[in-house]
This record gives sequence, C-alpha cells and structure tokens, in this order.
Amino acid sequence: MKHRSFFWFVLPSAIAMMLFIFFPIISVIIQSFHVEHEQVIRAVETCDLFGCKESTTIDQEATAELRAERPLGQFAGLKTYLDRNHIAATEVAETWNGTNSWRDFGAQMLNLPFYKAMGFTLTYTFVVTPLVIILGFIIAVAVNSATKALRGPLIFFSLLPMMITPLVGALILFWMVDARGIIGTLLQQLAGDPDLSVKASTPLMWIMLMVYGVWHSAPFAFIVYYAGLQTVSQDTLEAARVDGANRWLQIRHVIIPHLLPLTTFIALMQLMDNFRVFEPIVSFAANAHATSLSWAIFNDLGGETRQLSSAAATSVLTIIGVAILLSPVLVRTWRDFDRK
Amino acid sequence: MSSTLKRQPPAVTFLVVSILAIWMLLAAFPFLWTLWGSFKVEGDFFSKADWANALRGTLTQAETGGRITGDGYYGAWVQEEFWRAAWNSIIVCFFVVTISLTLGTLGGYALARSTYRYAFWFLLAALIFRAMPPITLVSGYLPVFFQWNLWGHTATTIIVLVAINQPFTLWMLHSFFKNIPAELDESAMVDGCTRFQAFRNVIIPVMWPGVITTGLFSFLLAYNDFAVTTMLLSKENQTMIPKVASFLGTTQTKGNVMFAVSSVVSVTAPLFLMIMFFQRQIVGGLTAGAVKG
Repeated sequence: MKHRSFFWFVLPSAIAMMLFIFFPIISVIIQSFHVEHEQVIRAVETCDLFGCKESTTIDQEATAELRAERPLGQFAGLKTYLDRNHIAATEVAETWNGTNSWRDFGAQMLNLPFYKAMGFTLTYTFVVTPLVIILGFIIAVAVNSATKALRGPLIFFSLLPMMITPLVGALILFWMVDARGIIGTLLQQLAGDPDLSVKASTPLMWIMLMVYGVWHSAPFAFIVYYAGLQTVSQDTLEAARVDGANRWLQIRHVIIPHLLPLTTFIALMQLMDNFRVFEPIVSFAANAHATSLSWAIFNDLGGETRQLSSAAATSVLTIIGVAILLSPVLVRTWRDFDRK
Repeated sequence: MSSTLKRQPPAVTFLVVSILAIWMLLAAFPFLWTLWGSFKVEGDFFSKADWANALRGTLTQAETGGRITGDGYYGAWVQEEFWRAAWNSIIVCFFVVTISLTLGTLGGYALARSTYRYAFWFLLAALIFRAMPPITLVSGYLPVFFQWNLWGHTATTIIVLVAINQPFTLWMLHSFFKNIPAELDESAMVDGCTRFQAFRNVIIPVMWPGVITTGLFSFLLAYNDFAVTTMLLSKENQTMIPKVASFLGTTQTKGNVMFAVSSVVSVTAPLFLMIMFFQRQIVGGLTAGAVKG
C-alpha cells in the first residue's frame, strides 16, 4: 500500500488516539509535577476609633485570577509523589526504623493509602490470573466432552458472567453475599456464626473480590481453551490411546502442550486486565477493606474537592505498573512480527 | 465426540457432569436469583428472617397483596427516571459503535494491507494504548475539559469512548482484513480503481461478518463502561451504569435498594438478548486471537 493512501486511511483513527489517549497521558505526567496555587494572602489595615490593626485576608479575586491564568498550578517537582498519599518516603523510612519484624513493617505499610491499594491490586492480579486459567481449562475440557447438543446452551450460560457489566455483575454477587442474602445466610450457617458479615471483615472481603474476579474472567479462558481444543489433532490422540495412555495422560501429554501458547496469551491479557481492577470495589463498597490503584484515582477525582495532582501522580505510578506488565506482551508481539 | 463419551468410564462421566452442573449453577444462578428477587419487596430480597422468603415472597404478599410486584421497576423507571438513562445509553452506544467502526474499518484495512514496518509500529502503539486503564486517562481529561467547558456533554463522552475503543477495534479489524485475500482489491486496482474505490466496491461488500463481530465488542465497551461515563457525564446526561451506581449512593439508605435491583435486571436484559442472538460471533471474536489487541 502506498504511503499516501495509508496515511489518509489511518488518519482519523490516529487523530482520535493522539488527542484522547496520547495527549492525556502527557497531560497527566505534567499535571503530576504541579500542585494547585496557594491562596493569595493580602495584608489589610483596618482602622477604627481605637487605632489601626493589621490583619490578613484571603484575596479571593486574585486567587481565582491566578488559578484561571495558570490552571496547571505551580511547579512542585516530585512533591506530590513523595507525600503521604503516594510513595510516602518519610513515613516509609520511619516505619522501617520503627518496626522490628517484617510482619510488623508490612502491616504498617498497608495503612498508607498507596501501599494499601498496591497491595490489593497485586494480590488480586496474581491470585486471580492463575485461578482463571485453571478454572477455564477445567470447564473447557468438561464442555468439550459433553454431547454436541448440550454445548450451545453450556456456552451461552458460561458467557453471561463475562459479558455482564462489571459493576452490575459485582452488585449481583454482592447482594447475594449480604448478611441477609442467600449466600450470606449460608455462610453464617456453615460457620455457625449468626453475626458473620462479609462487609465487616477484611479477609472475607478480599476473598469475595477475588471470587468475583475469577467468576468474571474464567469464561474468557474457557472460550479460548475451548476453541483450542477443537484443533487438537485427533490422530495424535488416537495414537496416544493406542499406546495405552489413559484420559489423564492424554490431557497431560497431548492436550496441555497443545494449549500452552494459548495459556501465555490468556495469562498476559489477564494480568493486564486484572491490574485495572476497579468496579467490584465500587459495587462491594469495599474501600474500607480493599482499594486498588484505579479506585484511588477515581476517589481523588470524585467528590467535592477534585485532587487533580494527586490523581495524576497515582495515574503515572499506575501507568508505570502497566508498562512493566505489558513489556512481555510487547516482546512477544515483536517476535511474532519478526517471524513473519 | 459423543463416541468418546460412550467410551469413558462412569467415574469420568460423573466427574464431567458434576463439574458442568456446578459451573452452570455458578454462572447462571446469580442472574436467575436476582431476576426473581427483583419482583419482590426489599424485606423479601434481603430477608432477616428466612432466606427462602425471597422465593415465597411472604412479605411481598403482606405489603402489596400479590406474590410478585413491579414496584421496584416502577420506582426506578418512572419515579427515578431510569428511562432517561436508558435513552442516553442508547444514544451513546449507537454513536460509539458507528463512529468506532467507520474509523476502525478504514484504519484496520490500511494496517492489514501495508507491508511497511511503520504499520507494525502503529499497531504496537495501539497495543500500548489498549493497556492504559481508562481511569488514568480520565484524570488527564478532566482539567482540560473543565477549562474548555467540554465536561458533561454526551458528545464529549462519545468521542472519548470512540478513542478508547480504537486500539481494540483496529487490532480486531486488522486481523479480519488480513483474512480477506489481497488479490481481491489488487485486481480491482489493476482494473483502474483507486485504493479507496477498491475498498468501497470490493472490500466493503465482503467485510460485514468481521465488522459485526467487532461492533458487538465496541457496543459492550460503551455499554459496560463505568469509569468514563461516571466521571465525564453531567447528571442529566448520565447513562445506565452510572445511574445504577448513583442508586447505591443515595437510595440504599432510604430503603429503596429495590430500585437498584430492578435497574440491574434492566441493564442485564439487553446483554442477555445480545448473547442469545450473537453467541457465534462473540465466540468467534474472542477466539480470533484478535482480542489480544
């Protein structure tokens, strides 16, 4: 394809991505190095019968003008990054010196907002991803050995948890595990504790969020594996059978090696997607027990005082995290391309 | 495969059947439970006395006189004006899908046909953009949108969603166009067509299966989005998902959680129909390997 026509064909897409993905990333980076202007303080002298007094007031007009003139705020360097809500350099150093055991240090760190969010995000990402792969694989093998007529409906219902709006899917589960809901009551009976409430317990909340994550993403792994199973060579399977391989050995030595490239694909996609975990925390109203990086940004942006610089700093840190997770995907795509 | 089923020992059959039964229960039961519960009153849906009240509707009978009630739906759709949110969702989804596909087919076609290295770089950049969590981008939009008075409008949100959609759309359509033989449009160009005429007259007629599949995923992205719509839309332009979230904040305390339950069911219904009619395309799209974008 000629350079000229290529240029005109991709131009609209390129402009859209440039304006609304590339520039915002740049703008977030710039914003994260600035903080809002301080209020302009003016000294006023008020005189009355008893003499003159000097006092200071906030000059609203001048403040508004300054903010309108330079909406970015004033340059602050790494100040926002190092404050208590982000890297919290001083607090970490203090904790490091003040605590004796690793356990203690970890517990203290999780009280700092950024590390709390980071802790949950990473735990969620690295617990949910393997579980999704395992569960997806099991379901795929099971559906594949069901009769043909049943497979359509099985796939239909399997797709539901994945296609459902994350916020809505999480709400549906949340209402069921409510202390007055069906699963909540069941848990209370199983635990023999009538006051058991998922909402009130940090470990249970973490588990629930991850259960939601697996429930939501397992269908994706399932569909990809199921498609992979359709292309398993029947001859190889037949040969394995003739050689006396039982079902497990067939899976272990024929099917799993065949599906391995798909596993890398699912794992990379899932790592990236799980790192963004956000909606379930809103649905479960879990922020007292678990927060994620995306939620922290959302929290800074919402509400009465929009803390744009704080949100920007967290965003930059999140983007760095995404970049680290993304690098193997890029390397893989790169190799694929070079092979062609 | 049914022959394999016959050959397998009963223990394996039992294992397979129980795995499938448990998974079906996990996948489908929450939806059925919520659908059924949405026609009850709050006292039944969240029953302190007995969870089975949600099935029998004891309090619903006492409060409204019938075993099922549409009060939750009435409250959400009429009283809280959920219909407005539904209408906004329709507008947003329609425009996001149409614009995404228009830009995406042009770009995807060019990326599939170009043999130069920069096409690959373009796709790689799109892959990086695809990985950005939307909420990080939102924190980049807000200051600028406030400054230029763009915040709150449906049009702004549509364009933003289109842009966020582009990387994925490009990747998916790019791999669909790769499967359409290049000889097709090349022979048209030998016959004297320009590149665009070849695209219009030869490629457009055969591209619909891929476009429909991609369109479904674009629709899902726009329909399911919460981060962008909740931060960028003003109250009167809200789509359904932020509206559901707003029920949680305000009405849960007032005891009107049933509004949220019925609106959740209302949001699920179109998705349910979509999977029913387009199951084949969705599975095809997920497995095309194109979803890696």
